[in-house]
Amino acid sequence: MKPVVTAEKAVEDIKDGASLMVSGFMGCGNAFTLIDALIKKGTKGLDLITSDTAYPNVGVGRLICECRAATLTASHIGTNPVSGQKMNCGELKVTLVPQGTFAERIRAKGAGLGGVLTPTGVGTEVEKGKQKLHLNGRDYLLEMPLGADFAFIRAEVADKYGNCFLPGSSKNMAVVMAMAADHVIVEAEKIVEPGGLDPERVTIPGAFVSAIVQAVLPVSNLQLNP
Amino acid sequence: MDPKELKRIRIARRIAQELPDGALVNLGIGMPTLVGNHIPQGRTIILQSENGFTGLGPAAEKGKENPAIVNAGGQPVTIVPGGAFFDSAMSFAIIRGGHVDYTVLGALEVDMAGNLASYMIPGKMVPGMGGAMDLVAGARNVIIAMEHVNKNGAPKILKKCTLPLTAVGEVDLIVTDMAFIRVTKKGLVLEEIAEDTTVEEVVKATEAPLHVAGKLGRF
Repeated sequence: MKPVVTAEKAVEDIKDGASLMVSGFMGCGNAFTLIDALIKKGTKGLDLITSDTAYPNVGVGRLICECRAATLTASHIGTNPVSGQKMNCGELKVTLVPQGTFAERIRAKGAGLGGVLTPTGVGTEVEKGKQKLHLNGRDYLLEMPLGADFAFIRAEVADKYGNCFLPGSSKNMAVVMAMAADHVIVEAEKIVEPGGLDPERVTIPGAFVSAIVQAVLPVSNLQLNP
Repeated sequence: MDPKELKRIRIARRIAQELPDGALVNLGIGMPTLVGNHIPQGRTIILQSENGFTGLGPAAEKGKENPAIVNAGGQPVTIVPGGAFFDSAMSFAIIRGGHVDYTVLGALEVDMAGNLASYMIPGKMVPGMGGAMDLVAGARNVIIAMEHVNKNGAPKILKKCTLPLTAVGEVDLIVTDMAFIRVTKKGLVLEEIAEDTTVEEVVKATEAPLHVAGKLGRF
């Protein structure tokens, strides 16, 4: 069984400068409760890894607006102008990664692979500083695995073994991030006993999960989405 | 309707005719999204949303939004019967692996070698490439939907792109408010022109050389 803890307890060990993956896509699937707890704790200097920075003051966007990240690895920051401002003034070091490459680098880390060969980005600025291989008539870039100390996941249901169900398009980066972080914290709207989640409906196997937190903040991306 | 909107509809309608029945299609944000409204009667295409599903449906009705179902722009949408949800790694395996038949997206610049610049203007607009690089590298057919010239009236179809590239040599088709242009090994072929323009006007508004097709169509 995995520990069911409060949000405060779950983020206790996230020290300044830790690397953190936050799953979600434009706020959809962000772990609102855990992000809130981390902001209240005051952690800063994070190496933040997230698909996009949502909107100002929405979900993961709060970590940017409240200056909690020193570096950001993401595929898109256009919907949160604060990310761009902080990048331009040198306050935030941003690495932009094609979204599919982002997912696959994280998956590679979680799956124990040494890297990924992808045609995405060949001939563009993305190939700078990377090894290029010509295989079977096509060029590929060697992209390295990407892991983190912590990952925040939002689930609709989690059982006490950590098995999670994530509905609809909220799965997005959660599956690969759960694989690739050392400590994976899941906030769930509903926490059930073993047997309470149909094994056929498991999106993320409990094997990857470290701790479970009761979600208290609603998924509010829709209400706040400008 | 305002002339700008009519031009956008013209582009969307022409592209919609290119998409065969049953095609799996990814539409970019903005004008490309309009293509979905103009699919000819009797044809069904399946829309892929790179954040994690096939069967992308219309925007959700007010009050009936599901926070777990959003499109790649983060807007609440619906999923149609026959759709499927999956995670990002699966979504981009579908995209990069060549399982998406068509991707339709906008552009800042396109050139005669099929190079595309669409994701950044250094020093001005640096939003990140999102899924565009994977889509353009992976989709079987890449269709560009854009206005023929930029807001200053300068050509967007160039001999060589000047902005950072999204992908090299991947563009197959360029559809604008003035022209329908196919990218071939020998360069750009002007296959059709819009009903309210002439070949001379199209050539003048295009920096790259155009080969005019023997049988020029109108749209």
